[in-house]
Amino acid sequence: MTLQANAMGTPTRRLDGAPKVTGTAPYAYEQPVKNPVYVHAVQSGVARGTIRSIETVAAEAVDGVVAVLTHRNATRLADVGDDELAVLQSDSVAFRGQLIAAVLAETPEAARHAARLIQVTYDDEPADTELRADREDLHAPEGEDPPDDRSRDEFAAAFSSADVRVDQTYTTPMLHNNPMEPHTTVAVWDEESEVRLTMFDSTQGVHVVRSTLAPLFGLRPEQMRVVAPHVGGGFGSKGMPHAHNVLAGLAARAVPGRPVKYAVPRQQMYALTGHRSPTIQRIRLGAERDGRLAAISHDSVEHSSTVKEFAEECGKPTRSLYAGAHRLITQRLATLDVPVPSWMRAPGECPGAFALEVAMDELAEACGVDPIDLRIVNDPELDPKTGHPWSSRRLVECLQEGAERFGWAARDPEPGRRQTGGTLVGMGVAASTYPCFRSPGSVARIEVTDDGRYSVRIGAVDIGTGAWTALTQIAADALGCDMELVKLEIGDTDLPHATVAGGSSGLTSWGSAIVEAARILRHEHGASPRVGTTVEAETPDKPRGVAVHSFGAQFAEVHVDPDTGEIRVPRMLGVFAVGRVINAATARSQLIGGMTMGLSMALHEVGVMDHRTGHVVNHDLAEYHIVTNADVGDVEATWLDDVDPQANPMGSKGIGEIGIVGAPAAVANAVYNATGVRVRDLPITADLLLR
Amino acid sequence: MIPFDYRRAQDPADAVTAVAERPGAAFLAGGTNLVDHLKLGVTAPDLLVDVSRLPLDGVESLPGGGLRIGAAVRNSDLAAHPVVRERYPMLSRALLSGASGQLRNAATTAGNLLQRTRCVYFQDVTTPCNKRDPGSGCSAIGGYTRYHAILGASEHCIAVHPSDMAVAMRALDADVIVLSQDGERRVPLADLHRLPGDAPHRDTVLDHADLITAVELPALPMARRSTYRKVRDRASYAFALVSVAAALELDDGMVGDVRLALGGVAHKPWRASTAEEHLRGAPATVETFRRAADAELAAAQPQPGNEFKVRMARNTIVAVLRELAGAHGMGGEHR
Repeated sequence: MTLQANAMGTPTRRLDGAPKVTGTAPYAYEQPVKNPVYVHAVQSGVARGTIRSIETVAAEAVDGVVAVLTHRNATRLADVGDDELAVLQSDSVAFRGQLIAAVLAETPEAARHAARLIQVTYDDEPADTELRADREDLHAPEGEDPPDDRSRDEFAAAFSSADVRVDQTYTTPMLHNNPMEPHTTVAVWDEESEVRLTMFDSTQGVHVVRSTLAPLFGLRPEQMRVVAPHVGGGFGSKGMPHAHNVLAGLAARAVPGRPVKYAVPRQQMYALTGHRSPTIQRIRLGAERDGRLAAISHDSVEHSSTVKEFAEECGKPTRSLYAGAHRLITQRLATLDVPVPSWMRAPGECPGAFALEVAMDELAEACGVDPIDLRIVNDPELDPKTGHPWSSRRLVECLQEGAERFGWAARDPEPGRRQTGGTLVGMGVAASTYPCFRSPGSVARIEVTDDGRYSVRIGAVDIGTGAWTALTQIAADALGCDMELVKLEIGDTDLPHATVAGGSSGLTSWGSAIVEAARILRHEHGASPRVGTTVEAETPDKPRGVAVHSFGAQFAEVHVDPDTGEIRVPRMLGVFAVGRVINAATARSQLIGGMTMGLSMALHEVGVMDHRTGHVVNHDLAEYHIVTNADVGDVEATWLDDVDPQANPMGSKGIGEIGIVGAPAAVANAVYNATGVRVRDLPITADLLLR
Repeated sequence: MIPFDYRRAQDPADAVTAVAERPGAAFLAGGTNLVDHLKLGVTAPDLLVDVSRLPLDGVESLPGGGLRIGAAVRNSDLAAHPVVRERYPMLSRALLSGASGQLRNAATTAGNLLQRTRCVYFQDVTTPCNKRDPGSGCSAIGGYTRYHAILGASEHCIAVHPSDMAVAMRALDADVIVLSQDGERRVPLADLHRLPGDAPHRDTVLDHADLITAVELPALPMARRSTYRKVRDRASYAFALVSVAAALELDDGMVGDVRLALGGVAHKPWRASTAEEHLRGAPATVETFRRAADAELAAAQPQPGNEFKVRMARNTIVAVLRELAGAHGMGGEHR
């Protein structure tokens, strides 16, 4: 049964808003600790090889230096099954920027200065860092069976006999998460205490940090505590612990009793905290003359690292977005001497939808149908991937309402014809989709406290999304009380287990557990439970036999200077079907944030790897361009009045990622409409549009 | 950060003496470039002589219509100065297109001129760079060249001077007033910045203890109709791919006089003298503008990866001249 909404649906202000804007909300690095030691790390200067020598004497002599850690003296980790986390455990170098040493000092300045004095020589080997689709060593990701010959043959036959065919290749570059708050950890090792290792960490999941790191340090889970009170953005890069977390633990181990503070400098993040792999994607669409798809194929190639495999699954949106009898989706990886790729907002869906949704624009033009109509005629009755019915879909309504609001009728289907004051004007559309994940294993505990309130405890993390506020709204409605009576505690492994704030799954996973605990409380203890009454409940199982996804339609208008090729995007609109919106204010922020990040990906972001060295050379915010305020026009997000009772007890779906899915394609399609230049390789920059 | 000494100069002469006495000393003004480089390890002076509080922050009109700009005048203040806006709008626009509001509030006139050339490899001490470490090699050649030079580069360095302000000042024929232990001298801005040649570690002709105290702009009535156009990869807080500073004077449909300078293309603000020669006395048409731009860019030697800058520079020159001609009632020549 879907929860009755009272607090839910209102644009309640962020409960953590005032402390954040007044600067009093303590983030991980700002935890008050006594007598700290500061860490500055040294990164490898080669992309592949072996450390021959590492000279630390000069660094150790710097005033204020407490210790210098290298592979020679760092604590041996108990469990090094994950090579990304095997920090300072050997002399081998697997990518440029790998952690190879660290200075611990009384001040950050001394640590940084001393780190520069460490001299390293290498026996370096040729590094292979360049992704190409014609590499002979491409392979399917671990555990994935490539499509069989029969499905390949069937697709080939359907594609070759199609009336209209699109066969194009699209690429997206290496991309880097740049949350405002860098990756920071304050760690304390205490031999005297039952809790040996305490970490204040900027993370998307305290329990995943503990369950990953405790075994490395030979600790039982209860011997480690992880706290994440406030987090300034993650986008996936803080979704699982990375090498810097291990380094913080090693540093703490080296100075027992003294807190160590480690903030990864912006320049070092590009090699250490995960990135989105570059992608090369071939899309083949075969359709009837009216645009009805008969054959859909999505072949993607990405890189992974020798250290650890991570696959950016670009084909995901193509499995479910459109109807079409024959479908062929493949993925291959090149294992290269590159930093370890990881999650970045909508991994797979985001670059995958760029390719698919630009290809759909090309198909619309080839068929002579409106891009919106093309998507409508290909709207599937059932989920093509599973054959299950949709819990709800409503993409067609999103497209239609968006077209009305955006003024789509004014678009000239002939590209390059509309001008305003000497500027080329174009409009583009793309569809968005993201699955509604529910992660098992979160536990919510509700206790009736002596002030007549309800203490709601769950180890979830608010990474700036508004989860703190939204979970409080959910708890209030689940308990049938005012929000003031809910005292929510999150962000600590001392609280009941919670899954990571990732995959747009947070509210579904955590909220469902809270609703279940509240249901048990009311069922077993009535409307006025006694003080001290405590109940616990786990996230219920996800629904079976039904396909639960969010959908959306994204629109962009672009202006292109015909002389210089400069692109401006004065307005974007997203219309989404995301189930019930728990908090209209924070949801809007999530959606326009995703769209803005998509705009940034469309026009600006590119990690430039110099293949001579394996080095990301534009590794700071002056050179790795992210949209500035001046680049962002009127970005509007709205949603259909929607409740999806099958998605979860709140009737809601995830909204953290869908905003970025489709946004780059909408911009790219608008650029084509403005100029007649079809750019299939991101980012779309002025030089590509010069005449 | 490597420890260093700091002292606040009492007056310009004191600053010059203090720096002259220490080979490892450097002047500190707004610090927007130098402090970055200290943090990155690009430079390591052992003494910073702070000149930011010296009384060099005046802007005064000169007899004959010129303007004297104190070395310590902040970029924001100069951009907003009513005389600059009225007489030299290209300078005001150039300043406002540079950096960010916060940086412009801190950055000074002389500091802007003396900012180091820009290159990701120069800024990263883990990569070879002839500018940082003479003889170690140029990493940019054969590497990431999007923001690099197409004019006047050498086999030793292809970095570009990143200033917007300096491009406008170059078009305006500014002079730089320099104080040294030998006294004061006047250096035309044309001669201040160097091409890299075989000594890319020297961005300018200034010696160790030379202190810029002012910049002087000559009277240039035609500059009242001038502009600055910066083409870049995002709308703000980005260095120029190509920029153009221009003033145009028309005489009965012909180009009477013209000032044209380019940014983002060379190791120094690039005065487009060849284009100017083609323009003077020629009909003010788009065709003339194209031919002039092509003549200037005939010498361009782009790198693999920045070939587009030639066309971008050409198109931007033509667009800017067309706009200025249009402002003179030549609107019929648009496109």
